[in-house]
Amino acid sequence: MIDYTLDQDGIATLSWNMAERGQNVLNAESCTAFISAIAQATEDAAVQGILITSAKADFIAGGDLAWLQASDDAAVLFEQTRALQRALRRLESCGKPVAMALPGSALGGGLEVALAGHYRVAADNPKARLALPEVTLGLLPGGGGTQRLPRLIGIQAALPLLLEGKRLKPAEALKAGILHAVVPAGEEVAAARAWLLGDGRQAAQQPWDVKGYKTPGGAVSSPAVQQLFMAANAMLRQKTYGNYPAPAWILSCVYEGLITDIDTGLATEARYFVQAVLSAEAKAMVRTLFFSMSEANKLAGRPAGVPKRRYGKIAVLGAGMMGAGIAYVSAKAGLQVVLLDTSLEAAERGKDYSRKLVEKQLQRGSLPAEKGEALLARITTTSDYAALAGAELVIEAVFEDRAIKAEVTRLSEAVLGPDALFASNTSTLPISGLAEASSRPERFIGLHFFSPVDKMPLVEVIVGRQTSEATLAEALDYVQALGMTPIVVNDSRGFYTSRVFSSYVLEGLAMLAEGVAPALIEQAGLLAGMPVGPLALTDEVSSELVYKIAKQARQDLGAAYQARPGEEVAERMVGLGRLGRKVGLGYYDYPADAKKRLWPGLAEVFPVAALQPEVGALIERLIAVQAVETAHCLAENVLTAPRDADVGAILGWGFPAFRGGPLSHIQGQGIPAFLAQCERLAAQHGPRFAPPALLSQMAAEGRRFYPR
Amino acid sequence: MEAYIYDAVRTPRGKGKKDGGLHGVTPVRLAETVLRALRERNGLDTSLVDDVVLGCVEPVGEQGACIGRIAVLAADYAQSVAGVQINRFCASGLEACNMAAAQVMAGQATFAIGGGVESMSRVPMGASGGAWAVDPQVAIKHYFVPQGVSADTIATKWGYSRSAVDAYAVESHRRAHAATQAGWFQGSLVPVRDGSGLTILDRDELIRPQTTLSSLAQLKPVFAELGENYGFDAVIRQRYPELERIEHVHHAGNSSGIVDGAAAVLIGSLEAGERAGLKPRARIRAFASIGSEPSIMLTGPSYAAEKALKRAGMHAADIDLYELNEAFASVVLRFMAVMDIPHDKINVNGGAIAMGHPLGATGAMILGTLLDEMERRGVATGLATLCVGAGMGTATIIERL
Repeated sequence: MIDYTLDQDGIATLSWNMAERGQNVLNAESCTAFISAIAQATEDAAVQGILITSAKADFIAGGDLAWLQASDDAAVLFEQTRALQRALRRLESCGKPVAMALPGSALGGGLEVALAGHYRVAADNPKARLALPEVTLGLLPGGGGTQRLPRLIGIQAALPLLLEGKRLKPAEALKAGILHAVVPAGEEVAAARAWLLGDGRQAAQQPWDVKGYKTPGGAVSSPAVQQLFMAANAMLRQKTYGNYPAPAWILSCVYEGLITDIDTGLATEARYFVQAVLSAEAKAMVRTLFFSMSEANKLAGRPAGVPKRRYGKIAVLGAGMMGAGIAYVSAKAGLQVVLLDTSLEAAERGKDYSRKLVEKQLQRGSLPAEKGEALLARITTTSDYAALAGAELVIEAVFEDRAIKAEVTRLSEAVLGPDALFASNTSTLPISGLAEASSRPERFIGLHFFSPVDKMPLVEVIVGRQTSEATLAEALDYVQALGMTPIVVNDSRGFYTSRVFSSYVLEGLAMLAEGVAPALIEQAGLLAGMPVGPLALTDEVSSELVYKIAKQARQDLGAAYQARPGEEVAERMVGLGRLGRKVGLGYYDYPADAKKRLWPGLAEVFPVAALQPEVGALIERLIAVQAVETAHCLAENVLTAPRDADVGAILGWGFPAFRGGPLSHIQGQGIPAFLAQCERLAAQHGPRFAPPALLSQMAAEGRRFYPR
Repeated sequence: MEAYIYDAVRTPRGKGKKDGGLHGVTPVRLAETVLRALRERNGLDTSLVDDVVLGCVEPVGEQGACIGRIAVLAADYAQSVAGVQINRFCASGLEACNMAAAQVMAGQATFAIGGGVESMSRVPMGASGGAWAVDPQVAIKHYFVPQGVSADTIATKWGYSRSAVDAYAVESHRRAHAATQAGWFQGSLVPVRDGSGLTILDRDELIRPQTTLSSLAQLKPVFAELGENYGFDAVIRQRYPELERIEHVHHAGNSSGIVDGAAAVLIGSLEAGERAGLKPRARIRAFASIGSEPSIMLTGPSYAAEKALKRAGMHAADIDLYELNEAFASVVLRFMAVMDIPHDKINVNGGAIAMGHPLGATGAMILGTLLDEMERRGVATGLATLCVGAGMGTATIIERL
């Protein structure tokens, strides 16, 4: 676990080297070993200096999330946390110089261990990152990070790193004052040794243990820092709507801990850390954002026994916004891309999208020029289907029109090899119906990308009635090659993401029809944790699209169609010509020179009721409607894995991460409680809230979506 | 036992800046001035006074360490007179009177003095720190925003336009100027003098009779930047989700001014007055403090007033004259609207927008102003109230004898 050596110069080297793991992590076992190694080094009179490093490519990757996720006993976790804190405190105050040699990344608890050294030297490793990213999973640093970092670099400089989990390259960490030196890779241990045997002999003390120490940039009581906290508190609520407790606890660790001495501050941090680890928000975020996402990225839904497919050349049909984006991410992943449209000019316009993105990165210096050129060279534009020859995958992103899609399918298949896949990027048309145009529907699949493709990491992979297992497996290989996250769903109207997303939008529109004040609806959406209010969101996708989808469903389903109350609202707005942002008129006005404002005329079309509901009742509806729709998807076998439901919701349409996704949300309150909520809402607002029988069965059998 | 007001005095309000008339005077000296005035005006044997309760909102530095007792010593009151400092933010001065009255009502004090002091030019606002705005555990949870953003939110929620709040401010200056010209403040105003008796300040410094709607229209809303750039508008909109945006209408001209000053009110039982040979001027009928929603913060006066009225068995219309501290124009406009009080029954001689708001002292000042005006008009009942930081209100009902 920890390789311990003592050399003839009296330097004890503690090298992290966890067996059977690619990376070093902090958990109960490794902490125990590390703590005893620290005791040995600090107590052995022969030891003159202590060097801590890693035998692996990276230093320490952070806390072991499986261990934290399983923690459910506050007292046990508090003692474990305090034990490591005490050991690190002993390390930095034992009177012997301590140097940290970082060969690669030091993340979370890894950086916290490093901060307990008197000297930190890192390898100039382009892959290395230093960060305290705990907050992104609803956690907080519990190994002294909230105490040592602000004492080292000042409160103002430390807060963004603690609150946003910003990742620093070694050079940036050096500039920020977190590192003392960056040396060529492989020389970091020697540099640490040299310091221990040289300057280190007189520097075996942390700044905060030196008499007369003052917090850089001002103490908590200084007017500047008082104002900093005042603004930080407000800006945190502005950003989180009070839904994410971890960043507030981080602020409290710094605020409370820096008023006191470091030992008291560490205990304060440990208390908030335990509270965070055990919080429902962290459990939900760790489950979905870490474990479920990792499983999805490892293609947990991939049928077994199909050889992994490696792609060399793909083709994209239609160089509009979606096609252009798919071409870009594919070329970025190293694939040859044929970008086809009805004319070469149109295809070139699609390639311009990649040109712009590359140029932006060149300007920022985040992409070397030759790589940018190579990326663009991989995209071939054409209007000739013959260019598709040899493509292993064709993705069509043409107009949402069955006839056009059928035609491009036939034209493509005429030139494609027998094992090539054909994928549709449709977001609305059922895949099995589109596959009817294919001569080999078993090789036909849906790949639903999200806009903008280069920013949205999710791909909804839609399995049609006849799609083969091999096709699914190979389509997933493609998504993985892009570095994107796939979820697997079975074909159905709206698939999964569009269907549940619509339920949110339509619920907001239904509220408008009921006379709820528009500002209240919007704020309810944001307070619920959604990234955009339902009316603004409808404007983004346009009322026209909402109306068209409803109309199509009505046509297709006939008597079986169940209208939703919000649909009439979209129809009304279309009738008024207020289609949405694209025409500058919608629920909002979009003045050229000012921020959008709710359309004052809205009250005439949808009169505001004298009695307004409590915002909590609206939040409940906006979340419950998505959760129950997701449960229906699971009951109807549109979804087969809770993991896909939760990952897809957070990545696809910004379902609040602190709820862990719609199924985690249900599980969080308990299925019986959710059932009662649905029944009450169905009685009040209509059958769209009626839960599927699956949930009652699960409740009766005591089943859950996730083990814990 | 009942509590009676025997006298009420105040210093003038000096501009709370370096060039203000009272900037060179220590807060202890300000408090000493009003305590001495009570003794001298009433020939008071101070050994009859059990306690001096002084409000002070920034009790640090020279206002720190129990300025109530230090003022007693400075004023050469009898050694037996205790002193205490209390803080109910902007209502401290009135709360001090209520606490003094409560001691009398409970039969535990013969005479007690309530009052307050604040030298805002010497001990600036915020000097005592505090958790409310800064500690994440309270600030985030309870939607802390600066008071000005709260006042702007009141204006937004109740629909007071910029010109409505400005018009209120113009009228405050007009009334304060008229009252000053007519000498209506003279009865209670105690000049601040130096050791040789030379006058340092003998009039309220801040009143600008030339204030007009168009002069105020030049001023930029002070809290727009804080609200928009530091997240405070977003915070209070989370608490009041029905508001699409916050309209920023307040500025230095329609908010209370920053000033220095002190006030004191002599309160005692009937028997105490008889023993001292003093005639009571008013009876304290009821008082109340209350907590209200802390983010909008400044709606407390109506709730405090209603609570005190209920305790007195009265209705808002039974009160002949009101004083509500003019912390911000919107606070008064809302109070008039929800309590259904005409403008000619409230703040009839202007208020803090024209004359300033020496935080810890104002409550005692407006109680005295109310009583003076009740006597001048010959009306029977009056109510003084103030809005209070962190969402509170304090009110006192008095009855002229």
